[in-house]
Amino acid sequence: MKERLEELQQEALKKVDQADSVQGLKDVRVEYLGKKGPITEVLRGMGKLSKEERPVIGQLANDVREHIAQAIETKQTALEDAALEKQLEEESIDVTLPARPVKVGGPHLLTSIVEEIEDLFIGMGFEIKEGPEVETDYYNFEALNLPKGHPARDMQDSFYVTEELLMRTHTSPVQARTMGAKDGSEPVKMICPGKVYRRDTDDATHSHQFTQIEGLLVDKNVRMSDLKGVLNAFAKQMFGADREIRLRPSFFPFTEPSVEMDISCKVCGGKGCSVCKGTGWIEILGGGMVHPNVLEMAGYDPKEYSGFAFGMGPERIAMLKYGVDDIRHFYTNDIRFLEQYHKA
Amino acid sequence: MLVSLNWLQEYIDVSRYSPEELAEIITKTGIEVESVEPVAEEVTGVVVGYVRSCEQHPNADKLNLCQVDVGEETLQIVCGAPNVAEGQKVPVATPGAVLPGNFKIKKTKLRGEESNGMICSLQELGVDEKDVPKEFADGIFVFPEDVEVGANAVSLLNLDDLIIELGLTPNRSDALSMAGVAYEVAAAIDGTYELAEENVKTCGEKTADHVSVVVEDSEANPYYGAFIIKDIQVGPSPLWMRNRLTAAGIRPINNVVDITNYVLMEYGQPLHAFDYDRFGSHTIVTRRAKDGEKMTTLDDQERTLKSDHLVITNGEKAHAIAGVMGGAESEVQDDTTTIILEAAFFDPSVVREASKDHGLRSESSTRFEKGVDPNRVERAGLRACELLAKYAGGTVLDGVVSHDELDRSEKQVTVNTSTINDRLGTDISNEDIADIFRRLQFNYDQNGDEFHVSVPTRRGDITIFEDMLEEVARIYGYDNLPYTLPQGASQAGGLTLEQLLKRKVKAYFEGAGLHETITYSLTHEDKAQMLVSPEVKEKSVSPVALAMPMSEDHGTLRLSMVPELLESLSYNVARKQENLAFYEVGTVFISEEEKVTKQPEEMLRASGALTGEWLSHPWQQEKKSVDFFVAKGILEGLSEQLDLPFSYEKTKLDHMHPGRTATVSVNGKVIGFVGQVHPKLQKQLGLKETYVFDVNLEVLIEEYKKEEKFQTIPRHPSVSRDIALVVDENVTAGSIEATIAEAGSPLVKDVQVFDLYQGEHLDEGKKSLAFRLLYLDPLRTLKDQEVEETHNAILEAVKSQHQAELRG
Ligand SMILES: [Zn+2]
Repeated sequence: MKERLEELQQEALKKVDQADSVQGLKDVRVEYLGKKGPITEVLRGMGKLSKEERPVIGQLANDVREHIAQAIETKQTALEDAALEKQLEEESIDVTLPARPVKVGGPHLLTSIVEEIEDLFIGMGFEIKEGPEVETDYYNFEALNLPKGHPARDMQDSFYVTEELLMRTHTSPVQARTMGAKDGSEPVKMICPGKVYRRDTDDATHSHQFTQIEGLLVDKNVRMSDLKGVLNAFAKQMFGADREIRLRPSFFPFTEPSVEMDISCKVCGGKGCSVCKGTGWIEILGGGMVHPNVLEMAGYDPKEYSGFAFGMGPERIAMLKYGVDDIRHFYTNDIRFLEQYHKA
Repeated sequence: MLVSLNWLQEYIDVSRYSPEELAEIITKTGIEVESVEPVAEEVTGVVVGYVRSCEQHPNADKLNLCQVDVGEETLQIVCGAPNVAEGQKVPVATPGAVLPGNFKIKKTKLRGEESNGMICSLQELGVDEKDVPKEFADGIFVFPEDVEVGANAVSLLNLDDLIIELGLTPNRSDALSMAGVAYEVAAAIDGTYELAEENVKTCGEKTADHVSVVVEDSEANPYYGAFIIKDIQVGPSPLWMRNRLTAAGIRPINNVVDITNYVLMEYGQPLHAFDYDRFGSHTIVTRRAKDGEKMTTLDDQERTLKSDHLVITNGEKAHAIAGVMGGAESEVQDDTTTIILEAAFFDPSVVREASKDHGLRSESSTRFEKGVDPNRVERAGLRACELLAKYAGGTVLDGVVSHDELDRSEKQVTVNTSTINDRLGTDISNEDIADIFRRLQFNYDQNGDEFHVSVPTRRGDITIFEDMLEEVARIYGYDNLPYTLPQGASQAGGLTLEQLLKRKVKAYFEGAGLHETITYSLTHEDKAQMLVSPEVKEKSVSPVALAMPMSEDHGTLRLSMVPELLESLSYNVARKQENLAFYEVGTVFISEEEKVTKQPEEMLRASGALTGEWLSHPWQQEKKSVDFFVAKGILEGLSEQLDLPFSYEKTKLDHMHPGRTATVSVNGKVIGFVGQVHPKLQKQLGLKETYVFDVNLEVLIEEYKKEEKFQTIPRHPSVSRDIALVVDENVTAGSIEATIAEAGSPLVKDVQVFDLYQGEHLDEGKKSLAFRLLYLDPLRTLKDQEVEETHNAILEAVKSQHQAELRG
């Protein structure tokens, strides 16, 4: 009987090996492992065996069964894998064909710059303030030490709506409003971005509408060296750690002392070139210590409080940083321009 | 202000610095140097030549054959200038000379005659056309007789000078004179300079016997001084003076005019010379003009005056607009022999008004407008007298006849060292501060660390402590200030919820495929009122217009961003960029007044405009043009982002497609619109099908803030049921949806259209709409029976409200 079982195993394994389909395998299983199969038959004839032989043959018959079942399973997996492989091979595609496009828009270059500046100052503890674009003469001029008839009002010819209302010429009125709301006792630390308007004919370097971003810090014991420190930190982050800054005296009606800040020219590294008009420096912003009249009008005692303010033009920064050569590009919205700066 | 380096060098020694170094020092101490440029391109080999003889060229009518002595030799030169003559001293470019434009002079033959050089005009030497005196405009330049033959013509003509251009801020009008610049440079480089004393010799005759002065408005004219100079011979002024005026950008005219201009440049004090014999009286009366009074100014223009203008009259007729321009009638002419020289102080605002009204901004008005130095008015008159005696043959009469109520006192400003250091963040010593005042030539009394400073009247800009702080800081050097950070209590900076939401909305649009644009707020009156959202239109009484626009295209504030967005689409389409999706977040300006008196409401809105293909993926045959549902989809995405349901209702709006436009509402409030632009307008703009939207962002932000956020995720299963309804084709999906939502409340949480069908198997005029309903109770599992009951209620409701039938 032992021989018979071994023979059956040989036979079955051979058939498993030869099977080339799942159905074929199934047939082999039924033939050898089924209830009517030869192994069952062998087991049925075990009654004739001696007590000693019975467990040995029983064990052997089980082993043979197990062996065949195992072989069938292995073969089955192999056949399925081969079938899947074949199917997948047929599904193969040309991966170099163009993709189905995903629509991607992006921010305007000026927005990117404004938000970059906002975030730099937020990191230094400033908050963002906004205000109306149609301003009163009081907040746009008078509260900023520019009384009616002041010659410096010529510096920024403006669009009036009525005698008392105009398109704001700078975002400084937001500073005056924010200070005024504080009752002259709390510190102010703010950045105000926004659109401003001046009576200019649009050309490559002038625009009747443009963007400004200004900053203000009012507190006890604010020093001019603080202005220098804050602007230096800003410039290094915005333009690169390798850029030098320089402050030089200037004039604004709302600050005294006033400064203008230059950064070293990136094009020539400070040696002088056409971009920096040979000076090695590029003017980037204006500022100064808040004029005592401005503090006083906002309700602060200039003996106790001091502050600094500064302002810059995102268009100018964009022009310097990205080589935009015409300010009108910012407002024409040529898609080729807009897309170019989405990575900015 | 144009500063001749040669002229400055004569006042203060700056020779130890290169021009670039000097420019840098001046810039860093306070006045920005805008440029340093040579007066002319480099010229070499030009000397003074004496024209020994001048004959007509044997072979050419218009040419002359000149024998010119240039010192070492005599050269034969062919010259075509009409004004060349024997006995003249002229600039000669000798062979080997190089003229501007790298023009090299060689020996040559002209019409058979040798020509060994060139007699030059000023233009040929590189002088700007506008700076060339009239008499030499069409020919060669002729030197005065006293120059030496063979001398270097380039330096005689000051062509080797450099011009430093100063960009003066409005406060630094003290540097509108060479003396002022010299004081500034002296402080900057720690040099020495003082304006030299005038030296006038007068004759015995008294000015007061020949003229009197009456000032009617002393506030407008606190000082008026009149000098008389007789025996004047009008002619050219000396070459050096002409050179300096040219360098300063002033064209030389004749000695009298040149001298007044020269003193103006030197002292910063404008002067005026009247022809005494043409003045019409011996009394000078300064007064306010009468409204409508007329006079003819030097430029031969008849001017109509106003009562705020100040005029200089002969008691009757105006002979000058004070500080602005003289009159034609008493202008100095070639035959003038006696002049009245005016040195006056006019109120800055009076001059400013007049110069503005007449559109006349002159070297004179610019200085008066800013305020001249009260201590230099009379001195400038004396300086002019000195020069007139020396260079115009004048005899100066004794004394000045004046009206004088001028305040010449020096302002006092007290500062102390500790406050200065507190404000600057520095540690400057008393000694260093004292040294800064010495360099500025400010007198002071020191008491410990307190300084009582007398501000010289030339520095009218310094009146308070902070002004003096700036003086100290700039001379100390802004470069020397330390870098510190503010010491106050720190606050956490950050964005407000509104600002965050604004950024979130923008990021959403960009993620959805839209490009941000920025358009002008000021637009054409017609465009300002076009494509305005219904709720804005309802609120706005009249658009806000500028009082004096520069152009009609930018004269009115927008009520909608859509027209300018369409303009941007149109611009791009004209440049063959046809598939576009733009959005803008910005303000529109709403006034509820007929005539604007208050600030308009500035409403933050988000608008978009889409045209062309939305999706194009050709090799898989996928292509989709922009349509209503693309635009609506963008709004629905926004609704999802903000977790605020939007509802849509068909509407008609001017310039919009009447069948494809809807209002957008949130919580029952209309907040905007969406739809297709009217085909007529599309055509006008060269656009294909174009869709726009415009919504009020402020309301969205407000509603967002009200909403309860972060609902718990339901743990109980939801049940979904479908219904297909047959309705009349004009019943909107939205209205059925609303009915379902209402009848299904509170169990129905979501209703979605998933099929729309029209055609076969349906009656004419009918359509089938299929909805998927989501039933959910977040707190418990729903029972079949209650879902069934609600579902039946919904069916009843749609049947009764929309005559809907269940589709079999
Ligand atoms: Zn450079």
